[in-house]
Amino acid sequence: MLAHQGSYKAMAIAAAVSVLSIVLLMMDMRWVYLLVYVWFGVIYGLLLQYGRFCMASAIRDLFAIKVPRMAVGVMIATALFSLTAGLVTVSGYSTFHPHPLGWHIIAGGLIFGFGMIFTGGCASGSLYKSGEGNVASMLVLLSISFSQALFVDLGSWSNSLAPSSWVASAAEKGMPESLSVNDGWFDTFTAGYIWDLSGGTIAQSLDSGNSWLDVFVGNALLGAILPTVVLLILLYITTYRKGYIRRNKIESPTFNDHMHGCWAMMTTSKNTALAGLGLGVFAGLQMWATGALREHYNIFNFGELLQKMGYTQGLSIQETVFDPGYWYITTQEAQLGGWVLDKAGIDVMDNIFFGLMNGIPNPLINAPLLMSVGIIAGAAILALTRHEFKWKVPNMETAIFALVGGALMGIGARLGMGCNVGAFFAAVTNGDMTGWIFLAGMLGGGLLGVKVFTMWIDWRTSADDDFDI
Amino acid sequence: MAIKFDKVSDGQYQLDVCGYVCPHPQMYTKKALQKLAAGDELTLLFDNPSSGESILSMCESEGNEVFEREDGEGSFAWKIRKG
Repeated sequence: MLAHQGSYKAMAIAAAVSVLSIVLLMMDMRWVYLLVYVWFGVIYGLLLQYGRFCMASAIRDLFAIKVPRMAVGVMIATALFSLTAGLVTVSGYSTFHPHPLGWHIIAGGLIFGFGMIFTGGCASGSLYKSGEGNVASMLVLLSISFSQALFVDLGSWSNSLAPSSWVASAAEKGMPESLSVNDGWFDTFTAGYIWDLSGGTIAQSLDSGNSWLDVFVGNALLGAILPTVVLLILLYITTYRKGYIRRNKIESPTFNDHMHGCWAMMTTSKNTALAGLGLGVFAGLQMWATGALREHYNIFNFGELLQKMGYTQGLSIQETVFDPGYWYITTQEAQLGGWVLDKAGIDVMDNIFFGLMNGIPNPLINAPLLMSVGIIAGAAILALTRHEFKWKVPNMETAIFALVGGALMGIGARLGMGCNVGAFFAAVTNGDMTGWIFLAGMLGGGLLGVKVFTMWIDWRTSADDDFDI
Repeated sequence: MAIKFDKVSDGQYQLDVCGYVCPHPQMYTKKALQKLAAGDELTLLFDNPSSGESILSMCESEGNEVFEREDGEGSFAWKIRKG
């Protein structure tokens, strides 16, 4: 009986998203732009839950229990997305913008990677686990949202932390007074440091005149596929080879044995590998769909469309909103935190992050935020169907880890200009090498986090007589 | 909602990590299995679906066998034989 209930609830969620989509389209066909985000979110949610796809798990399980399952899945998704992203780029519909290169990338990765070990999930992992009824993951989302919103809106007390060179450089940018670029550390960091940096993709550096060659050899092959192959070989050597040879009773392993071993490692978890394949394909399709709609409506940003539709509240002073056009997680969560703070009477539009760049649109018309809601819905649909949905209320230990870890993830994401998806996955697959630097930071932070977490578990089990059998 | 690790009978143990999310279940499972002798059996109770995939991979790589699985409504009871 319960099994049926789960399926009915899953169908009810799918029906609700479908009906709301139809109603929106009947009101105004231009809502299709927002619905592309929603439905790709639903697909990501289904795939993430199906493959238990989580970047925190990739790093944590690797260091803590020597399991490469998830790291392999991420590598498969990365290699494939680089090809679909390449197709989108040469077709002229890419929405990707490379990140500026600087120390902030590795610092952000370190803090983000350390925090996510304690939360039990990365940015997108916390979304799909929320869809499984995990209340601790919901706390992580809240913590990521508000920590980001508060971090980008740091008050005057933080001014002295910014070097004088940043202050001078920020003052030269000629920004409107309403943004008060030298009031608040994050504003000075953005205008006086980030804006002085440059970045680019491998294809842009090659610039051979043949876009296919630049994109597929530069961005995809050199920037993503070769590094993932190297990492897969490293994963095999360091975590899988020994056990594979022992289990298969191979006495003198040949090259062929190792090739079979690599294949066995990649297919250990078929769910994870298939989810990686699906994410790679759909992440590219989303970029294409959004790029095509931008061309169709002759816009560069969803803010323009919102304005044409009569929605002007919450737009930035450039009349834009956050609109990456691809899989992204953290900035829209910051917008949610900013919107709530604004409603509570705290002016957050006087900073660059919200006031100039991303705005704080109403969550009901915030397209990337609704993609995140779609991820939760998609994960809930599959979890209910597979009888894996269960409301799980965290104990005090888990709740504290979720809130503190989530806050660190939020701060790391803003410093590094994205999370494991925006700053790593979307970057490296589009030929932007800052993504690998963010990964290096995440690995360092993750390793440190696992050491601290292991010490915590050791202390807990040594203090707990129940575990001492 | 504390973690419970009990000896049920000779060679039979039970670890209950219900209520805990990643990475607790897989890390406590690893720790519990380290305390067992070869051939001992561990009944593992957990309710965090994503931990299951990691625990399966961990058991496979360390030569432990998940020989019985009862999955239902977000709760899981697995039996693992230490290799």
